[in-house]
Amino acid sequence: MNLTSSPSPTSGARAKHPTSTRFTRALGIAALVGIGWLVLFGLFLSPNDRVQKTGVRILYIHVPSAWLAYLAFGVTGLSSAAYLWKRTRNLQWDRLAGASAEVGVLFMGITLVSGSLWGRISWGQFWTWDARLTTTAFLFVTYIGYLAVRDLGGTHQQRAKRSAVMALLAMLEVPLVHFSVKWWRPLHQNETVEKGKLNGLMLFSLFIGLISFTLLYVWLVIHRQRVLALNDQVDDRGLDLALAARREES
Amino acid sequence: MIAMLHAPYVIGSYVVTLGGIALYTVGMFARARKAAKRLPNEERPWS
Repeated sequence: MNLTSSPSPTSGARAKHPTSTRFTRALGIAALVGIGWLVLFGLFLSPNDRVQKTGVRILYIHVPSAWLAYLAFGVTGLSSAAYLWKRTRNLQWDRLAGASAEVGVLFMGITLVSGSLWGRISWGQFWTWDARLTTTAFLFVTYIGYLAVRDLGGTHQQRAKRSAVMALLAMLEVPLVHFSVKWWRPLHQNETVEKGKLNGLMLFSLFIGLISFTLLYVWLVIHRQRVLALNDQVDDRGLDLALAARREES
Repeated sequence: MIAMLHAPYVIGSYVVTLGGIALYTVGMFARARKAAKRLPNEERPWS
């Protein structure tokens, strides 16, 4: 992931969007175009399903958001491991882990809400305590806890170490969620794509959803990671100024 | 086209998804501007 690409063209644009570069601007436009396509195909051009009727249209946002949440938590776990390993220890990994977890929580929240609306159509109720839904909600709460642990205070290194350990523990839940439909055979359906139930425009709409959400994820994580870097610099600067003021006093 | 039967749920799911992402993005840029105001430009390695 390119975190140090070419400079912003003007200082005015830099002040308005301090985390933007040409690369992120291009990525953002690509993600926006992809989402436009997703809405067009998902809501208007793809056909209704024989069984689910219009309800199938929720699939094009529900599945990509779930996939992105998995990816985001995976990146958080790998970045955390990279921070804990002494040879690669760098606060950049910690900030990447934090940014990815936050975006993952956003996508997991979207998965839960869109799944709940889909459940109302398919099962007649917004929520049921089936294995997939319960483990997903548990994963969502775990990563909210992870984000809370990041905000507990201390030095950047203390924050990085404790949140990296928690991220690795939280990662153990991801396979539990994914395989819950196989292990407990709940109300939630199994993989739609693997069984070849989708084809033509339906499969294409899902593909657009996956691509556009992935682009959006990368764009959000780069920006969020840079905001975390700015916040860390503000903290360091505040500490330096406080130390200098104390030295002048004494 | 979307039949009227489940339209509120289908459209609602798209509104919640895109609205949620938009709100998060606006909040994130607001935090970026707030932090950037307290730092000189040289302290941004990507710019």
